[in-house]
Amino acid sequence: MTPVLTTPQAVTGRVAGGVPAVRISHVHKSFGRSGARTHVLDDITLDVAPGEFVTLLGASGCGKSTLLNLVAGLDKPSRGSIEVPGGRPALMFQEHALFPWLTAGKNIELALKLAGVPRPERRAEAERLLELVRLAGAYGKRVHELSGGMRQRVAMARALAQGSKVLLMDEPFAALDAITRDVLHDEITRIWAERQLSVLFVTHNVREAVRLAQRVVLLSSRPGRVAREWRIDLPQPRRIESSGVADLSIEITEELRGEIRRHVQH
Amino acid sequence: MSSTDTAAVLEKDASDSAEVGAGLDVLDGVAARGAPIARIVRERALPPLIVVGLVLGLWQLVFVLGLTDADKLPGPAMVWHSLDELWCQETLLPIVWTSVWRGLSGFLLAVVIGTPIGLVVARVKPVRTAIGPVLQGLQSLPSVAWVPAAVIWLGPDNVAIYAVILLGSVPSVANGLVAGIDQVPPLFLRAGRTMGATGLAGVRHVLIPAALPGYLAGLKQGWAFSWRSLMAAELIASSPELGLGRYLQSRREAADMPGVLLGILLILIVGIAIELAFMAPIERHLLRDRGVQDADR
Ligand SMILES: Nc1ncnc2c1ncn2[C@@H]1O[C@H](COP(=O)(O)OP(=O)(O)OP(=O)(O)O)[C@@H](O)[C@H]1O
Ligand SMILES: [Mg+2]
Repeated sequence: MTPVLTTPQAVTGRVAGGVPAVRISHVHKSFGRSGARTHVLDDITLDVAPGEFVTLLGASGCGKSTLLNLVAGLDKPSRGSIEVPGGRPALMFQEHALFPWLTAGKNIELALKLAGVPRPERRAEAERLLELVRLAGAYGKRVHELSGGMRQRVAMARALAQGSKVLLMDEPFAALDAITRDVLHDEITRIWAERQLSVLFVTHNVREAVRLAQRVVLLSSRPGRVAREWRIDLPQPRRIESSGVADLSIEITEELRGEIRRHVQH
Repeated sequence: MSSTDTAAVLEKDASDSAEVGAGLDVLDGVAARGAPIARIVRERALPPLIVVGLVLGLWQLVFVLGLTDADKLPGPAMVWHSLDELWCQETLLPIVWTSVWRGLSGFLLAVVIGTPIGLVVARVKPVRTAIGPVLQGLQSLPSVAWVPAAVIWLGPDNVAIYAVILLGSVPSVANGLVAGIDQVPPLFLRAGRTMGATGLAGVRHVLIPAALPGYLAGLKQGWAFSWRSLMAAELIASSPELGLGRYLQSRREAADMPGVLLGILLILIVGIAIELAFMAPIERHLLRDRGVQDADR
């Protein structure tokens, strides 16, 4: 059995050296007007190195989606700055967010078109991406003809079609059954390695976080802060049910529960 | 482990699980299915035909039993005779065509005018507060109420008729588009924005297609309103060409009850025919493409 190597790190969130794929610096985010203001994110500082797979873990409502939206440029931080040197990152949502008026293939082609891929190349590229997510035959399929797992794979292909090296994923597999999720974990791990993507993956499933990541970042709640992080040195491919993943999950879950319990005392 | 080794191992691992995935896809996938013609006829065409048959039978029965005055309720055969007469005089088609042409061209004009209004009302907050409620209110104002004013302002001819059609159907078209846009899931807009569909590209590639079902519902209603308004206008306004409404009015003046009933039936049938011929197929196509008929998520 592989020994579990965990390295609790200082809570700086910085990666040493080089230009990061994503640089989040002292980001604050509040919602609402003064008076009924909720402070959701508090001084978040976090880097994702090029080619790194980071999972962002935290209780429901701690601001994970808010942070991802900020990185995706869908919203602006109240304070602090976010840099994505490689340009607009791709974002995958919990719901597939595929456009039902287009076929699977055309959904991908729209992303290619908006990314500036010339028309003659789009069809072939869309089919290549579908092959990458192992849905070679799905080009002409309507969204409603696909199963939940297939939809998320098309959504993954559409995200990859944007051509960004940075992939943001907001609980993309949360609505899927365990077996399908397992399969997609293998797929995303393979694609991440193959394409050398930098991934920031949000989840509140501890095992999923450990199964996928090189680094797990735990956010505290209200306000969201980087509470702690773990470097996961288990070799890929990992199995979600392996004891290495399980042992580390227990440790992280304990920490997460502690974070949540903190709120009861006052 | 070097990175190429890792990639190879991951590839192997992933292809194992890919087989599991492929199995799941087979189990989960929805097979596209087409309905055989015979079933479509049996399920779609038969029920309404039966109802029409029943109504005709009942009508004939009431007529034969003499339950009402034959002057007030002529039998189906007498109405058929009126139709035959019109056909032989070669006036049936011109009358129907005059009305259909006015109705359709008026409706198209309403689409051209109502669509930009709807877009602006849906997307520009102050405009919405200013004229949104008025637009809604106009929809419940029967367009026949406009006819006297239209005739006085614009004269008793085509201009007044078209004005009444527009007043009747522009609000429906515009409100349909507003409702369609309001119902667009914000998720689609956000997904579009992350893909770079902002501004006009966003309107074209995301907003309009996503709003299409509501817009089409508005168009359907717009056609119904345009046809109703036209009949109201034709009843009152007079113009040289004889349309269905004018025909109905002339039969009333001539105390020709079979002609009156024929007029009503023709108006009903033409309205339904246009709806079935143009609106319904587009809508059905659209909903099927989007899997709405599967009551899907
Ligand atoms: N647009 C907004 N206006 C006001 N409050 C908001 C807005 N968006 C998010 N919030 C609040 O910010 C907090 C964090 O929300 P967020 O969706 O980021 O949480 P999350 O960590 O993604 O939770 P979950 O795990 O449930 O997805 C919540 O309390 C939410 O009510
Ligand atoms: Mg969330």
